[in-house]
Amino acid sequence: MPENSESSGAPEHTTISRDEVSHLADLARIELSDAELDHLAPQLNVILESIASIRGVAGDDVPPTSHTLPLTNVFRDDVVRPGLTAEEALSGAPEVEQQRFKVPRILGDEQ
Amino acid sequence: MSPETRTAAELAEALEAGETTSVELTQAHLDRIAEVDAELHAFLHVDTEGALRMAAESDARRAAGEAWSALDGIPIAVKDVIATRGMPTTCGSRILEGWVPPYDATVVARLRGAGLPILGKTNMDEFAMGSSTEHSAWGPSHNPWDLDRVPGGSGGGSAAAVAAYESPLAIGTDTGGSIRQPAAVTGTIGGKPTYGGVSRYGLVSLANSFDQAGPVTRTVLDAALLHEVLGGHDPLDSTSIDEPVPAVLEAARRGADGDLTGLRIGVVRELGGEGYQPGVLARFEESVELMTKAGAEVVELSCPHFVHALATYYLILPAEASSNLARFDAMRYGLRVTPDTADNGAPPSAEDVMRATREAGFGDEVKRRIILGTYALSSGYYDAYYGQAQKVRTLVKRDFEAAFGLADVLVSPTAPTTAFKIGEKVDDPLAMYLNDLATIPANLSGVPGISVPSGLADEDGLPTGVQILAPAMADDRVYRVGAALEALLVQEWGGRLLDRAPGLPSVEPVATTGEAQP
Repeated sequence: MPENSESSGAPEHTTISRDEVSHLADLARIELSDAELDHLAPQLNVILESIASIRGVAGDDVPPTSHTLPLTNVFRDDVVRPGLTAEEALSGAPEVEQQRFKVPRILGDEQ
Repeated sequence: MSPETRTAAELAEALEAGETTSVELTQAHLDRIAEVDAELHAFLHVDTEGALRMAAESDARRAAGEAWSALDGIPIAVKDVIATRGMPTTCGSRILEGWVPPYDATVVARLRGAGLPILGKTNMDEFAMGSSTEHSAWGPSHNPWDLDRVPGGSGGGSAAAVAAYESPLAIGTDTGGSIRQPAAVTGTIGGKPTYGGVSRYGLVSLANSFDQAGPVTRTVLDAALLHEVLGGHDPLDSTSIDEPVPAVLEAARRGADGDLTGLRIGVVRELGGEGYQPGVLARFEESVELMTKAGAEVVELSCPHFVHALATYYLILPAEASSNLARFDAMRYGLRVTPDTADNGAPPSAEDVMRATREAGFGDEVKRRIILGTYALSSGYYDAYYGQAQKVRTLVKRDFEAAFGLADVLVSPTAPTTAFKIGEKVDDPLAMYLNDLATIPANLSGVPGISVPSGLADEDGLPTGVQILAPAMADDRVYRVGAALEALLVQEWGGRLLDRAPGLPSVEPVATTGEAQP
């Protein structure tokens, strides 16, 4: 992955290598088998090729839209209302212990 | 006439007049589901007991003269992407297999509050990613017009259920066309409200700046009745619009007279032509002609940036989805897969479990889009892709603003083709994406739309649809024009399009081909 590019400098290539797909999958916390990587990488390149046309369509003077309706700080009244009980909140958990979500180890041995 | 073939408005009248009961018509629809759903696969879960209990409660209210709404007692199906307390909600994904939400989405709370018995949950592409339901982890739904074909997607289950008379009403969600495109290819009605017009609380997010729930029905009037139940401000959704619901019911009733005198209809040059099936275009042109005869003025106009809408959508959507779907981490709910051993021999860490769970729990299309989104958001590519897409989104929005200066509504074919064969496009992402060519611009700019059946394509005898778009918060316009076009076409055909659908093999045909409605 290239380092942070400051301006709108478009990347010169629009293809993702198999290794890059593997790296992206790792960032997205998805294990991918070799067969899946072989299958996915070319498909992603076809998609990327088709969406690359968007580069250069809008000039620097065009503001971005992240949301279609103009909304500013939305607050609601701070009213007490019933929330989930601990049992309800834990009802879908894969593992529960002492009324808590039980998770695998978070830290490595060396940490 | 059996209750399943009647519209929700007719059923509501029959309930009000005491000619039938909610238990009777809920049971009739459950029977119909039992009869045909093995072949159709519109439902992922059927709540027989719950639906009948709600129906009995509704009958008690009606008997006491205390109906909660016009639709009190009318059964409904809910897309599986919407949280239903006490009823499984899988979003069509293995990662949520067996998940039973401890809370209701606001739209579900509104259905319960209006007294509608919930028949069950409908099939969909996994996390609403797709245009055919083939990306459902639980297998595809089938199109009632031809069981070898897709019912569209992602809300193909809701559309198929309504088209096959399993339910008079259903809820869909539309992120890039998932309500409107299935409506077009099944001969039903699908309405996408203005973004923010219907609460997203409890709707499992795909792309939260596009997602919008709305009605799936067989008539425009039914869609308006349902829209009024669903719509309105919700303090639990910060993007919910704090304004009265547009008067869609009144508009649908007014539109039914078929008079469009003085209305300016914009035909968008970019939403037609190349890539559109000839039969789809032919039916569209006939619809425009009918509306012209009914007094509308046709304005041909151009929205030059619509040609970039698909690319814009497929950058912003994966970006939002990759972030939204990070919540499926195997810790608090859903699937957990624990790999045997980590690389270094230590017991698997939370991250190892996450990777293995997401590998096993997500299907191909979800993985494609998460990886694409991760790419689009990564440093070095952010400005060129995601940042650029957000700017083009502005340009698409400006195109709409300019177009609505020239016309009151915009019209186009809803989907470029009729229903395709199951398996035809499932491993060709780009071919699948093209199905939403005409519907995506509305999601980019948040405007409301509806799809109305426009006939059958000459090539294959399958349903086609016309899409009507209006400015944000002018949802009433799409209902008025939709109801008018529907009335004009029904008059022309001598009956509803669905009356011409070939019955499912194991089903007593609703009406045989060519048989006109009285």
